[in-house]
Amino acid sequence: MVRLYPNRCQLVGSAFISGFLISLVRSFIHFVILISRQGKVRLTKWYSPYQQKERSTVIRELSGLILTRGPKLCNFVEWKGFKVVYRRHDSIILVILNLYASLYFCICIDPDDNELEILEIIHHFVEILDRYFGSVCELDLIFNFHKAYYILDEILIAGELQESSKKTVARLIAAQVNVTERCVSLAF
Amino acid sequence: MDRADFMYHRKKTRHALVSQASSSTDPIAHWLIPDRPVRSCRPAGPAPEPCRSTACVFAIPPTEKRETPRHNKIARWLGSNPPISPHGLPPSSDRDSLAQISIFALASSPFGDLASLARSGAQGRALEDLAAALAMNPFSSGTRLRDMIRAIRACKTAAEERAVVRKECAAIRSAISENDQDYRHRNIAKLMFIHMLGYPTHFGQMECLKLIAASGFPEKRIGYLGLMLLLDERQEVLMLVTNSLKQDLNLSNQYIVGLALCALGNICSAEMARDLAPEVERLLLTRDPNIKKKAALCSIRIIRKVPDLAENFLSPAASLLKEKHHGVLIAGVQLCTDLCKVSADASNYLRKNCTEGLVRLLRDVSNSPYAPEYDIAGITDPFLHIRLLRLMRMLGQGDSDTSEYINDILAQVASKTESNKNAGNAILYECVETIMGIEATSGLRVLAINILGRFLSNRDNNIRYVALNMLMKAVAVDSQAVQRHRTTILECVKDSDASIRKRALELVFLLVNDTNVKPLTKELIDYLEVSDQDFKGDLTAKICLIVEKFSQEKKWYIDQMFKVLSLGGNFVKDDVWHALIVAISNAPDLQGYSVRSLYKAFQTSSEQVCLVRVTVWCIGEYGEMLVNNVGVLEVEEPMTVTESDAVDVLEACLTRYSSDIATRSMSLIALLKLSSRFPPTSERIKDIITVHKGSVALELQQRAIEFNSIIQRHQNIKSSLVERMPVLDESAYIGKRTSSSQANIVADKSSQPSSTATTLKFPNGVAKPPAAPLVDLLDLSADDTPVPSSTSNDFLHDLLGIGLTNSPSSGTAPSGGTDILMDLLSIGTPVQNDTAPKVVSSNQGFAPTTKPAPTTSQVMDLLDGLPSNGSLPGSQTPVYPSITAFESSTLRIMFSFTKQPEKPHVTEIHVTFVNLSSEAYTDFVFQAAVPKFVQLHLDPASSNQLAASGNGTITQTLTVTNSQHGQKALAMRVRMVYKVNNQDKSEQGQINNFPPGL
Repeated sequence: MVRLYPNRCQLVGSAFISGFLISLVRSFIHFVILISRQGKVRLTKWYSPYQQKERSTVIRELSGLILTRGPKLCNFVEWKGFKVVYRRHDSIILVILNLYASLYFCICIDPDDNELEILEIIHHFVEILDRYFGSVCELDLIFNFHKAYYILDEILIAGELQESSKKTVARLIAAQVNVTERCVSLAF
Repeated sequence: MDRADFMYHRKKTRHALVSQASSSTDPIAHWLIPDRPVRSCRPAGPAPEPCRSTACVFAIPPTEKRETPRHNKIARWLGSNPPISPHGLPPSSDRDSLAQISIFALASSPFGDLASLARSGAQGRALEDLAAALAMNPFSSGTRLRDMIRAIRACKTAAEERAVVRKECAAIRSAISENDQDYRHRNIAKLMFIHMLGYPTHFGQMECLKLIAASGFPEKRIGYLGLMLLLDERQEVLMLVTNSLKQDLNLSNQYIVGLALCALGNICSAEMARDLAPEVERLLLTRDPNIKKKAALCSIRIIRKVPDLAENFLSPAASLLKEKHHGVLIAGVQLCTDLCKVSADASNYLRKNCTEGLVRLLRDVSNSPYAPEYDIAGITDPFLHIRLLRLMRMLGQGDSDTSEYINDILAQVASKTESNKNAGNAILYECVETIMGIEATSGLRVLAINILGRFLSNRDNNIRYVALNMLMKAVAVDSQAVQRHRTTILECVKDSDASIRKRALELVFLLVNDTNVKPLTKELIDYLEVSDQDFKGDLTAKICLIVEKFSQEKKWYIDQMFKVLSLGGNFVKDDVWHALIVAISNAPDLQGYSVRSLYKAFQTSSEQVCLVRVTVWCIGEYGEMLVNNVGVLEVEEPMTVTESDAVDVLEACLTRYSSDIATRSMSLIALLKLSSRFPPTSERIKDIITVHKGSVALELQQRAIEFNSIIQRHQNIKSSLVERMPVLDESAYIGKRTSSSQANIVADKSSQPSSTATTLKFPNGVAKPPAAPLVDLLDLSADDTPVPSSTSNDFLHDLLGIGLTNSPSSGTAPSGGTDILMDLLSIGTPVQNDTAPKVVSSNQGFAPTTKPAPTTSQVMDLLDGLPSNGSLPGSQTPVYPSITAFESSTLRIMFSFTKQPEKPHVTEIHVTFVNLSSEAYTDFVFQAAVPKFVQLHLDPASSNQLAASGNGTITQTLTVTNSQHGQKALAMRVRMVYKVNNQDKSEQGQINNFPPGL
């Protein structure tokens, strides 16, 4: 019995009525977006193919959807046949980190993926950022956005989780910083 | 520049100057006070006393300081200044430090002190200009990245921001065209930031490739980041990077290989996947765990893009499962899961070779002692847990042996995992999904559903949400077990969170069955009363569906519908209340009860549109039952309603400004009906109708005028005109309702201008489409309506305005009037033969027809009581005589027919055009229109030139599909457009003489 991407394919396909050709490939995480409370984009990472135009549409729609949600509601929104998991300042789980106060972490997944795990992944990411920047805040991510991307690349590849140990990620990042410093230093 | 920005820099700068005035509350003052005398950085001039400088700084009002970017800029330059050499020069001499020197020079110049400089507009501006000039030196590559970000953040308006970005982009473009190598990385970094703001950055794509092609790790790092951010996988540019990727994948530097793998995993396209798969495969076997895990995830992307490559990765993937490193394990498990998805062979292979290992792994990780590196909320590596469970689900799906083998470990995970933290719940959730997905034992399933039950009563919204989600899937597996949690689920319908409400409502809908429908409906209707406005629509729709689907007795159905109407009547869909009317008309013993209940409901909730419409219709039809208390049920409370009360209701509906035209039109008809049933009120009704003769709404005005003349001039036929409607055919209506959506599509396909979209659908008899531009080509479909053989079907959509037969359509108002009469007539099928002749005469008397020909033919049909088509369903002969379809003095059209016996409803018509005039025709075009129930396909004509005097012919083939073959005859309206001596001519005609049986 060959089960070729059970029914998710249709969802991916039908979600874009715009007619853009979307390859019917299911990805674990479709994209990661960090939006500030003012609706400014702080980080975007696309694991499914979205064209530039679609990207801005997605960001616009999602920020409209998520920023307006009340504080007591659950962290999942259904959007175009996908599910978007987000975390924000008043997430009750675990320690309230500084970063949640100003940013919304949105991750778009397929409707039958494990939403609770995504919440954990977001937290994993935030904790690693926190460890790296030392009490991370939004401005760290603005001025050092490339570093945030480097860290994300050590956590997720192809929309799948890469590393569950915060220590390992920190070690890898530090090692790469060392390599960078050994080479000619590039001033930004 | 906002305060947060400033604070940030204060926090981050290592060279923060600790001031003597640390007790000061003002952060800026704090900053500006140098820890060494200012004079030490002065190249020349007499030194001011330090105390003076301090005083000056304090003299700046705090608010002003915070808000002007200028001050902050000065402050920052001062603050972030590196340790100053005794000569007053910063140790390094790059451009930024140069800028700082000049600022210092300015700041300490004899013109004045810092404070006065900052306060005096002109000099402050001069200072800034100098800074800007230095920073934006044409010979430099532009500002630093952080300065650009600051500049963008300081923008107050979108226009300002655009200006800054434009300037930056221009600088970057010129740097690109000069092939500036030193600042390429900086430019790409800036472009990434600009890209995040949503500006176009395509011009930087090639720069990314250049950076990737550089040899150093830092350049490659930023290059790959830019590649992933600025490009998407559909861009051609991406193909150019394949070679660089290949080289990098073969390097020995593990970090560069890691970068290349990461980029490949995130943006690889199918072509790249094919080209680079061997490299990735090789890297899967290296010893370095970091490379291994990246290669594994990269392989996932590759097999998603090119599933054929799956088998190459199978054995390396299986060997990854034996690793100890968690990162590699996680990646390996994911790779195996994806392999199972694309290939059945892979899942068989993994089932055979890896199940045991997986179970051991899961057991180890769930029993493992505290491991600080992987610990989340007391659980060791929940991510690995979840991935292992997911792979087990893939392997156990549809395979009882594997399912049995993993039963124990699933039971262990399900019962031992702590559920007080999100991480534990995530594992439990995945475990439940796995149990539901495999061939688990019933005991295990009960365990799983009980976990969901526990989730449902959790206080956390997220947990409740996922529980509902999972229960939806569980319903299919074991609905009994889910039923046990019905009350909890019902509570979730009332949750304050819209996502949860929606889920719960869908779940409740799945749970409804014959035994629990009554209590559930009651609960839902009770909740409808207090629910949010924006949720009422969904809720009403679902309740209506439940009530219609599960009603066992009519009275219950009618009762529930009345409740829904009076609570959410504004949200009820048209077909729902139409169905209710059909149901009432089919229940003679409940009609009195219905009209009385509606009357009562109307008194309290007259603002609900659909309730009002149903009430109006029922009072119009069964008004006398309301007044005379006919058919009182035992449960009813006795009530007295006078005739004028009933008229009051209708009048209220008619005059209320909030009522829409449809409701008001219905009220008018109901009034007309009442006028003959309640003779004492007829004078009053007449007055009401007269008032509306001047209504601004055309529809109302027209009705009022028509009804007025019925009342005044046609008393003799009035009573039979306004008789009660015959029982509406329930099964026909339901059939119509289900097919109407399909029919819609057909109508669109037949490329006729569909007037249904614009037709105002009025119930109670009059369906009158507004004049459509092509209506004369369409009015053939008028044939549908008055044919007595199909009345039971057709009057229904006229009456209720459903379906899409555009009933007697005609462009002009007077003939619209005739149509109304025709409709009203066709209602009264039983009395038709007596009344029809009178109506025809009266009809001509009061509304002269503008189109005598079609109308008469309709009336003839009506009188004959014979379908004009005279179809012979039995005739199977596929030979039909040719006909001359159209003949004028200038043109003759002949039709010949062929039909394939296996497709009786499809006819091929070969059309031959002959020119009878003495002039040749050019640009000849033939157009045809057919009624809605027919589909027409026109093949291209043989030519568009038609020689004179019958010397040449054009042939063309039409394919006609009659969806009502055997019931309705074909009809066609044709138009020929052509040119004679370059003058446009057109002819048109109607073809009714098709041979029977087409």
